[in-house]
Amino acid sequence: MENKENILEVRNLSINFKTYAGTVQAIRDISFDLKKGETLAIVGESGSGKSVTTRSIMGLNATNADVVDGSIEFDGQDILQLDEKELSKLRGSKIAEIFQDPMTSLDPTMKIGRQVAEPLMIHQGLSKEKAMAKALEMLKLVGITNAEERINDYPYQFSGGMRQRIVIAIALVNYPEILIADEPTTALDVTIQAKILELMKELQTKINTSIIFITHDLGVVAGMADRVAVMYAGKIVEYGTVDEIFYNPKHPYTWGLLGSMPTLDTNEDVLPSIPGTPPDLLDPPAGDAFAARNKYALKIDTIEQPPFFKVSDTHYAATWLLDDRAPKVTPPADIVKRQEHFNKTKQG
Amino acid sequence: MLDKDAPKILEVKNLKQYFNVGRKDEVRAVDDITFNVHEGETFGLVGESGSGKTTTGRAISHLYEPTGGEIIFEGKDVSKLKTKKDEKEFRSDIQTIFQDPYASLNPRMKVKDIIAEGIDINNLAKDKADRDAQVEELLETVGLNKEHANRYPHEFSGGQRQRIGIARALAVKPKFIIADEPISALDVSIQAQVVNLLKDLQKKRKLTYLFIAHDLSMVKYISDRIGVMHYGRMLEIADADELYAHPLHDYTRSLLSAVPVPDPEFERQREIVDYDASVESDGKQRKLVEIAPNHYVRAADDEIQMYKDRLNS
Ligand SMILES: Nc1ncnc2c1ncn2[C@@H]1O[C@H](COP(=O)(O)OP(=O)(O)OP(=O)(O)O)[C@@H](O)[C@H]1O
Ligand SMILES: Nc1ncnc2c1ncn2[C@@H]1O[C@H](COP(=O)(O)OP(=O)(O)OP(=O)(O)O)[C@@H](O)[C@H]1O
Ligand SMILES: [Mg+2]
Ligand SMILES: [Mg+2]
Repeated sequence: MENKENILEVRNLSINFKTYAGTVQAIRDISFDLKKGETLAIVGESGSGKSVTTRSIMGLNATNADVVDGSIEFDGQDILQLDEKELSKLRGSKIAEIFQDPMTSLDPTMKIGRQVAEPLMIHQGLSKEKAMAKALEMLKLVGITNAEERINDYPYQFSGGMRQRIVIAIALVNYPEILIADEPTTALDVTIQAKILELMKELQTKINTSIIFITHDLGVVAGMADRVAVMYAGKIVEYGTVDEIFYNPKHPYTWGLLGSMPTLDTNEDVLPSIPGTPPDLLDPPAGDAFAARNKYALKIDTIEQPPFFKVSDTHYAATWLLDDRAPKVTPPADIVKRQEHFNKTKQG
Repeated sequence: MLDKDAPKILEVKNLKQYFNVGRKDEVRAVDDITFNVHEGETFGLVGESGSGKTTTGRAISHLYEPTGGEIIFEGKDVSKLKTKKDEKEFRSDIQTIFQDPYASLNPRMKVKDIIAEGIDINNLAKDKADRDAQVEELLETVGLNKEHANRYPHEFSGGQRQRIGIARALAVKPKFIIADEPISALDVSIQAQVVNLLKDLQKKRKLTYLFIAHDLSMVKYISDRIGVMHYGRMLEIADADELYAHPLHDYTRSLLSAVPVPDPEFERQREIVDYDASVESDGKQRKLVEIAPNHYVRAADDEIQMYKDRLNS
């Protein structure tokens, strides 16, 4: 994976929002790469900045957003410097997004067949007939039953999950180079989710699309991602290959995240969760923003922002625990189990 | 936990909810389903997207007139509530936490006014200070803070908006909460917090939940009993542990085989059991049959033995 070329490079991105209450520092100096054909999952607490990050890649910043710093290189240009006309040419053709919420990306007044066909007509100049034929094919591909009859229905006539399949059809119809999928399957049942994920993987191999996948479902991440970036309070706190993040996580926030996921065997009376609430981004704390909720926090965590420490060529984590001078701590029992399990299977 | 002798708070009897009746695009969103929910219980509803879960919830809230069948809440048929007072009481007794935190919050209202909407309609606050105090407490209950009260929905992340929806539902002190994918927009840690919160509130306030979700691990964790829906029909109902230990219907088995597991090794080897839905339209008459105590599966007469064998194998 390391040798693949980067298709997208985000550097030192910082985004603020002006609000009545003050300036929200939503994205605080993040950098990452997306490689050709890979799936990068972004996970992290709600409000940590996952959607704001990906929306800025789409050139869809909110009107009160202020890009304080940074660049987003794609195709030899900085997306942040493009004007609206250039951006709308990118969107829906080279970069497509499946939003968290299907209703915001569907036009309630337009028949769904037409909505899938439109990007083909706009970006590829297909005739209406050809576009409709392709749209029908796409709708079948994402699993809309009786697609022939249903192309003339409106979004409200579909269930949440079916709407999301329509949104996925629209996003993929132009075979984008980058697909941003923000909670694309949250509204789907697990069998259809499995089919859609399979479909995304298939199309990815076929057209070598790179995918940025945002989800709270770590099971889905485990099945989809090549690499994972973990966000907290507007920063990336850890990134690595999917195996490194699931079997050898280093940041205490990543530990907490993996520990709060129930499985079919979970039986405790109270589910483990990370205590406390995320920091107020109007006035982010000094040091590691997770410190206040982190029982492994060191004194320095409240004073100085930890740099990225290298764990492997592909794995980095921003926690002072990795500093040579830090005391050795034992991660929570379930994390230790993950490491042991992995070491065993690696050897066996 | 469920008190097996608790009275039924809700009875859904042969509910049918069709759309576009008589037209060529008629949709049988809910097609003859029957189940009960006991006071203080959490009844989980899972199944295929489009199988009619949300429609069932909306029918229970009396947002539709049923095409057929009855919905009895606390002994009263919700289609036949006589007085305005009964109707109003019913409206606050049953609250929904919605699947979609975006569409369900008015973008032009401040968070505190969204949360207090039900308080205002039902005159639940003595004065403005009391109203503010209630809103503040609700915000805290759902893990937000009081500074959030004066902000607008667009200033919040998806997960934060969902918590606002939960606070709004709790504001009118309901008895029965329909939670339609209440946590799917939340990150796992907050999911855990919200589920712990819902369980805690249930104990303290004797709440009853209809919990609709796709996350089967979470549904198993929170539910006393679970119903599995597919194409508008109820295919299986059982106690939560029983359903996962002994899934009988092929569709249930398929669902369980597809639950994502936070373990990359496992995911690389996962095998999904496909479900062939065509059997459902083979013309056989099927109904829910009690194969073992409290374990029901939708079966034709000549399938009952097969399910009994499955249970024992
Ligand atoms: N238009 C806006 N104005 C003010 N604040 C905003 C705006 N959009 C987002 N924010 C804030 O920016 C932060 C990041 O939001 P974002 O939507 O990226 O979170 P997220 O990680 O996608 O969360 P979730 O998992 O809940 O979707 C949040 O604190 C949010 O309240
Ligand atoms: N107002 C309506 N008019 C026509 N058809 C409708 C309407 N509302 C729902 N339907 C249809 O009824 C069926 C059941 O939809 P419902 O929203 O209840 O499914 P669901 O089980 O909640 O699905 P999901 O898990 O995707 O949310 C779907 O086929 C849907 O398209
Ligand atoms: Mg988001
Ligand atoms: Mg639904």
